[in-house]
Amino acid sequence: MNATPSAHTTSTPGERAWALFRVMKEKSLIPDGYVEGLTQMMSEQFDPANGARVVARAWVDPAFRELLLKDGTAACAQFGYTGPQGEYIVALEDTPTLKNVIVCSLCSCTNWPVLGLPPEWYKGFEYRARLVREGRTVLRELGTNLPDDVVVKVWDTTAESRYLVLPMRPAGTDGMNEAQLQALVTKDVLIGVALPRLG
Amino acid sequence: MDGFHDLGGFQGFGRVPHTINSLDYKPVFKEDWEHLAYSLMFVGVDQLKKFSVDEVRHAVERIDVRQHVGTRYYERYVIATATLLVETGVLTQAELDAALGSHFKLANPPHSNGRPAPAGGARFEVGDRVVVRDEYVSGHIRAPGYVRGKEGVVLHRTTESWPFPDTIGHGDTCAVHQPTYHVEFRARDLWGDAADDGYVVADLFEGYLNRAPVRPADAPTGSHAAETTA
Repeated sequence: MNATPSAHTTSTPGERAWALFRVMKEKSLIPDGYVEGLTQMMSEQFDPANGARVVARAWVDPAFRELLLKDGTAACAQFGYTGPQGEYIVALEDTPTLKNVIVCSLCSCTNWPVLGLPPEWYKGFEYRARLVREGRTVLRELGTNLPDDVVVKVWDTTAESRYLVLPMRPAGTDGMNEAQLQALVTKDVLIGVALPRLG
Repeated sequence: MDGFHDLGGFQGFGRVPHTINSLDYKPVFKEDWEHLAYSLMFVGVDQLKKFSVDEVRHAVERIDVRQHVGTRYYERYVIATATLLVETGVLTQAELDAALGSHFKLANPPHSNGRPAPAGGARFEVGDRVVVRDEYVSGHIRAPGYVRGKEGVVLHRTTESWPFPDTIGHGDTCAVHQPTYHVEFRARDLWGDAADDGYVVADLFEGYLNRAPVRPADAPTGSHAAETTA
């Protein structure tokens, strides 16, 4: 049996991360406030509520919808949603016969400013290995059952394009305002594994 | 690099550990060190300008397979950043070991110096049929193995261009800039009946693509074709 690396090390991931931090800090490689500022941006400003605002606007404003589908970067920039890992944005339009889903099979690439940092399961080996090959099965296991006549199209984020799914506006939402519509658009809806649902 | 990271289509994994709309993605950083993975990476990329994000991806790919399988996501980016800082002479292995109090295991050295973008590439239009070049690259590449040699249709050509990953991923800043293409493949053209029906779209650099050979079934059915078969 092969010895695993863990058999040779007693350190934890956190101890290794802080060790790297200390060495860099002692050499004055880290500007004051840099880590704190970036961490704040990644954990608070990059939020799926941003993508929800974009989708809700597209649902109520045909001109914005057209712009979003033609030039997603410009459309998201109107809200100020640009930045690292969100510099070339493409919106994927669901239709009655098409369900779009996003993955990064090679690592974890995600449209950070619009969707937020990717969740653990999105970065996990299971999703990265399986979604491209058995998209319909994975969606069903996650809790999204699609009719047989809906085609699943999986978008593998393998270069610089960063995606968001523009789902269909659900029936029964005619009287809703933009704020109410935003609440239907979750992180998983933007990734494409979930459909927007009322209630 | 045909490494473990190239997971698309790999069989044997169980269910995705998630139920839709679970809020367990919050907080974004679950442990007190996780934010260091990206922020220290960006210190190297944006502040020190010692390496590119492409090189970080490649350093993750170079983590020894057994270690790769056993590590968590953010751990791999700590290892990759530490590896690149040592390889670029900013830190030493000894300094890391001393700070940790035990051996800080880094990624394996690269097996390749990278490559320039292939010459003689063509520009493609939306609707063109293309075939992914049937080539094997020991260094960094952003074409997943499952599209190698496969034929698909161009859905989009980007309006911007970026450095060729196989070059910049090895620290060569002279990388040619190219657009990428959203290329749509039938899942069953990739894995036969051992896949769900559906489509996969990969975002592929121009240098990974050739024009697909014209087959009889693709011949135009307009007036010329009608005349010749009449």
